[in-house]
Amino acid sequence: MSAFDCVIVGGGIVGAALADVLSADGVSVALVEARSIGAGTTACGMGHLVAMDDNAAELALTSWSVSLWRELADGLPRAVEYDACGTLWLAADDEEMAAVSSKVANYRAAGVRAEVLDSAALHEAEPALAPGLVGALRVVDDAVLYPPLAARTFALRAQARGARLMTGCPVRELRPGSVVLSHGEVLTARHIVLAAGVASPALCPGLPISPRKGHLLITRRGAPVVHHQLVELGYLKSAHGTDGASVAFNAQPRVTGQLLLGSSRQPGDATREVDAALLERMLKRAARFLPGLDGLQALRVWTGLRPATPDGLPLLGPHPEKPWLWLACGHEGLGITTATGSARLVADQLLGRTSAIDARPYSPARFLTVSAREVAHA
Amino acid sequence: MREACDLVVVGAGPGGLAAACRAAEVGLDVLVLDAQPEPGGQVWRGEARKGANRLARRWFTRFAASGARFRPGARVVAAPEPGVLLVEEGASSFAVRYSRAVLATGARERFLPFPGWTLPGVLGVSGLQVLVKDGLPIRGKRVVLAGTGPLLLAAAATIHAHGGEVLYMAEQASAASHWGFALQLWRHPARLLQGAWMSAALIRVPTSTDAWVIAAEGEGRVESVRLSVRGREEQLRCDYLGAAYGLVPNLEVARLLGCETSAGAVVVNERLETRVPKVHAVGELLGIGGVDQALVTGELAGLVAAEHPIPVELERAWHRVRAFAAQLARHDAPRAELRRLATPDTLLCRCEDVPMSALEGCQNLREARLYARLGMGACQGRTCGTAAQTLFGWPGEDVRPPCLPARIGSLRIPSDVSSTHTRES
Repeated sequence: MSAFDCVIVGGGIVGAALADVLSADGVSVALVEARSIGAGTTACGMGHLVAMDDNAAELALTSWSVSLWRELADGLPRAVEYDACGTLWLAADDEEMAAVSSKVANYRAAGVRAEVLDSAALHEAEPALAPGLVGALRVVDDAVLYPPLAARTFALRAQARGARLMTGCPVRELRPGSVVLSHGEVLTARHIVLAAGVASPALCPGLPISPRKGHLLITRRGAPVVHHQLVELGYLKSAHGTDGASVAFNAQPRVTGQLLLGSSRQPGDATREVDAALLERMLKRAARFLPGLDGLQALRVWTGLRPATPDGLPLLGPHPEKPWLWLACGHEGLGITTATGSARLVADQLLGRTSAIDARPYSPARFLTVSAREVAHA
Repeated sequence: MREACDLVVVGAGPGGLAAACRAAEVGLDVLVLDAQPEPGGQVWRGEARKGANRLARRWFTRFAASGARFRPGARVVAAPEPGVLLVEEGASSFAVRYSRAVLATGARERFLPFPGWTLPGVLGVSGLQVLVKDGLPIRGKRVVLAGTGPLLLAAAATIHAHGGEVLYMAEQASAASHWGFALQLWRHPARLLQGAWMSAALIRVPTSTDAWVIAAEGEGRVESVRLSVRGREEQLRCDYLGAAYGLVPNLEVARLLGCETSAGAVVVNERLETRVPKVHAVGELLGIGGVDQALVTGELAGLVAAEHPIPVELERAWHRVRAFAAQLARHDAPRAELRRLATPDTLLCRCEDVPMSALEGCQNLREARLYARLGMGACQGRTCGTAAQTLFGWPGEDVRPPCLPARIGSLRIPSDVSSTHTRES
C-alpha cells in the first residue's frame, strides 16, 4: 500500500495541471490514469484558451485561466504550440453585431482586452472569410495550444518533483481514504480528487455529467488559411441549446500551418464513430464562412466526448456527501482553457487558501445536496 | 455525382480483376475502382500497355470482355455509412452506393529505418523496380538491393533487364530458412515469382543470405552502403539502394469499413466474408501470398458475391495458396537485428520529421502519435506505423476518415446519396 497526501484520478489536462500545482506546493501526489496522459478528451479537443462571457462565473474562471496560461507560456516546450492568436467572434448580421457591443463591455469590465472590428477591418484581418460578414469582436489575449503535450508537460513536471505518475492504471473503486486500482493495488490518500472527465460518473455514481460528442477536422500542412481563432457568434445560440445535435463554425490556425475545423455537439451521445450526416452539416456550415474550404486537403476527422454539466460550469470542490472526495470534472468544452484556473481553485481549497476568484459558483453542492436534488425533481 | 452497382471492387490488381470478372460474367453490375491510371495493381504495373506478361494479358482481356465498369484514378477516401463509399477522382469526387464489396487493396513495402534511409537514391525494393519500369534511367547505374524473399529477385531481374548493374543482393533471411523456402517454391504454382527467381539466377548477381543494410551514406544522396554480410561488414559504392523488408497488406479501407483484423490481416471466413456483412476481402489483405493467392481468392469472392456455386478445384487451389502464404510469412519475417539499426537521430516518420529519440518514454502508438506526432502527417502512418509495429510490437490504431488525405469537398456527401436526411443547420 502506498500513501499520498493526494491521489488524483484522471490524467487529462485538468488532473495533470492539478498534479503540477500541488507538487509545486510540496504536496505528495499520485496521478493515476487509465490509459495515457492527455490521451482522452484532452487529445480530442481544439485546444483553445478562450475567455467566454455567457455568465459572470464563466467569465471569471475563463479569463483568469487564460491569464494563468499566459504566465505559463514561456515555460512550455515549443512543441506545446502555444500561440496567442486571439479570437474573432464573427457577426453575420446586425443583430449579432449589436451583441458585439455588449460583449465588449463585459470583457473589458473583467479586465479582458477586447475590440470591435467593422466589416472592412475584419476582411483585412481575415481575407479568406466570406464577404458580407458585418464585423467581429476581437478578444486579443485568447490563444490556442496542443493539449496532449501540455498535459504531458504538467505531468512530467510533477513527476520531476517526486509525484508518482501511474499510466495504464484503470481505477476500480474510490473508497474513503483509498483508491483501488483494477490490478489490485491500493493507494491510500488523505485527499482523493476525481478528475476523470466523462469517466467520472462511473467512479462516483450520481454526478451530473453526461457526454456531449463533437467532431473535428484537420487539414494538411500548408500556408495559413486564417490568422485568428474564428468563431461565429451564432455559436452561442447553437452551442448552448442542450437538446438535439447542433453545429457551428469554429476554425483555428495551428503553428504547423494546419487548419483545425469544428464544431458539432451531440448531447448524450457516447459513441466514437464519425457521424457522416452531422459532419456534412458541420462542413456545409463552415463553407459558408470559408468559401475556399472544399478545396483544402483534409488529413483527419475524429470525434471526442465533452463532459457536460447541466449549467455548463465545472464541478470544482468537495463532494457534499463524501467529505473525503474532491471533484475536478465536468468541464465540457472548456477543459483546456480552464485547466489552469480549475487546478488552482481545487488546490487552494485542499490547502485551505483563499483563491483569486470566488469558488462558490463551481461548487458541486449546487447539484449534489439533498435540497438541490429535490429542486431538480420538482 | 453518384454511382450505383451490385458489386464494388476496390483495387484492380489480380485479386480485384478476378473478382470483377467472375461476378460480372454471371450478370452482376460491377464497378471497379483503382487509384492508378491503369488496371494491374503493383504486380502487373505497366502490363496493361506492354502485354509482356501472358497471365496478366489473359486477365486484362477477360476483364475487358466481362462487362465490369472500371474507374481508374479513383481513390476511396471515406465510408460514411454501410453501402456507401466516397471516392476522389482527380479534381472531382463521387459517391458509390453498393450492395456488396470486394476489397482488393493489395500491399505495400515494409520499410525499417536505418541511418541514411531517407537519403535521395534510397528507395524500396519494389519501389525502385516500379520506377525503373516507369522509365527511371538506370542504364549503367550501380544498384544494391536489400530485403527479403522473391521480390528482391524480381527487382533485380527488372533492373538488370533495363541495363542497371545490380552489385549485390542482401537477403535478410537465414540461409536455412531461405533455401528451405526456395526448395518449397517449386511445389507451388507461383508462376510470376518463379520466373523472377530464374532470371535472377541467370544474371548471377552476388547474393548472400543473413545480410542486410547497416547504413546508407553520402553527401546529398546515397553514395555508398554499409552491409552486414554473415557477421562481416562490407562497404559498396552505389548510385541506388533498394531496401525494404517484404510486404504488408494495405488494411486502411478494410478498417475504415469496420472489418476486423488480426495479426496484420483481415479476418475472413471460408466464403471470404469479413466480419462486416456483404464485404469480402481478397489477395494480400488475407496475408501476403502473391499473384496466385490474389487470383484464387478474387475468383472465389466474385462467385460468392454473385451467390454462385464454388467449383471444388477453386477451393482446393485456395488451400494450396494458403500454405504458400504461410511459408512466405515465415521466410519474410524481419530478423531481430533489423530492429536495432536506427540511431537516436534516425528519422522514423519522414512526414513529420520524427527521430527515434523523440519516442523516448512512449509506451504505445497512441502516445507516439500524441507526444511526438508520429504518423500524423500526409502518409497517415503508412510507413512509420508499420515500422513502429515491427520495431516495438505496437499494435495499430483505428483508421479515421479520410483514409487518404482528400479535398474537404470529397468528404461532402451528395444530397441524393445519403439515406440519412441531412438538413440545413
